[in-house]
Amino acid sequence: MTNEEVRVIGAMESAFSRRVEIALKMKGVKYEYVLENLSNKSPELLKYNPIHKKVPVFLHNGRPIVESLVILEYIDETWTSGPSILPKDPYERAISRFWANFIDTKILGALTKIYISKGKEQDANEEIVELLSILENELKDKKFFGGESIGLVDIVANLIALWLDVIQQGVGKEIFTKQTHPKLFKWSEEYMNCSIIKETLPPRADLLPHYFPSAYASK
Amino acid sequence: METSEELKLLGFWVSPTVARVGWALGLKGIKDYVYVEEDVMYNKSPLLLQLNPVHKKVPVLVHHGKPIAESDVIVKYIDETWKNYPLFSQDPYEKAKILSFAKFGDKLYADAFKAMWSRGEEQEKVVKSTIEELQKIEEEIKGRKFFGGESLGYLDIALGWISYLLPIWEEVAFIKIFDPIKFPGIALWAENFLSHPVIKEKLPPKDRAVEYFQERRAFITSIIYG
Repeated sequence: MTNEEVRVIGAMESAFSRRVEIALKMKGVKYEYVLENLSNKSPELLKYNPIHKKVPVFLHNGRPIVESLVILEYIDETWTSGPSILPKDPYERAISRFWANFIDTKILGALTKIYISKGKEQDANEEIVELLSILENELKDKKFFGGESIGLVDIVANLIALWLDVIQQGVGKEIFTKQTHPKLFKWSEEYMNCSIIKETLPPRADLLPHYFPSAYASK
Repeated sequence: METSEELKLLGFWVSPTVARVGWALGLKGIKDYVYVEEDVMYNKSPLLLQLNPVHKKVPVLVHHGKPIAESDVIVKYIDETWKNYPLFSQDPYEKAKILSFAKFGDKLYADAFKAMWSRGEEQEKVVKSTIEELQKIEEEIKGRKFFGGESLGYLDIALGWISYLLPIWEEVAFIKIFDPIKFPGIALWAENFLSHPVIKEKLPPKDRAVEYFQERRAFITSIIYG
């Protein structure tokens, strides 16, 4: 076996960086994690992602890949022993990609609006409740979006399980609860109970002051 | 042997995302499908609303009765289902680079579209970013015939709109972004791209497209700027 070097340049608070870690842990791949301080970006980050200057940057034997969804598919294609991130059937793969896109465009967009408006825009709050219901519908009776075990959509939905919850707490609005979305809520409980997921979730106590510094600044 | 009822594409004549699907099918030599033109501006069909209830948009590809939406998802599906004329490199790293770059292309698309309808300082700002982004595309093509090398690939399909739609937007908005002197690589690629037989047959008529975007621009600016 050749000496494979796997490195992830990520940030503590980045859901996107954490997704890459979930995938690598699923595949049992050893990696080095480089923690970026996004308010003071390292020369290495700027070298490997000059276009976007963003995390995560995934380095496999020194070759960089950016964009978390792209990285997840690369990991799935490169390490083929161990659980699959995407299904094998082309139609099922298309469905997974569709919902991953949905989370990263529609839900992320609505969540950003809520964060920026500090929860005060009623339209944005209503929109995200609706979007989460649409996603919940896709879950049907499955334990995870990936079926019995986590798959691409579950990994991408880390954004919903933790980050959305932190933001709803910070703005003081109820947009995703056991009452509003019982099935999706149950999914998030199962999800955050998975040992692999638990290892990649930053503490809520670190995320809250990061997103809401004035309300939650550490004393 | 698949009959024409097995494959259906719901589209809109001037949509670049629909064009991507048409190009992908064309490159794979798939001609036997039903094309349904949707009146997306004024009268979306019940079929479209049923097949893409989440976004209510074209393109939608229906294969064996199962619908797939979103052009990037559809094109990947086409590539994984019909193995001839692969749209990606076999190397997973090269493929990943193509996919990341295509995402960057999406940002360029959004900025170029905004440059088309925005005004004043806002427009100046987004025109400037679009030109900077186009420079990255110029560096990527680097004098090659196509982004896919000697033959068309996923990135050519994803960025194809630059060759014929960007000039139309520039005309409609009286802006200059794609100067062939500043972007000789892209200019050459555009020429090669637009003269490819599969691409040529799926381009919207220019005059009609100009008229369409003039109307769109007027409509959007009336909403945003009052």
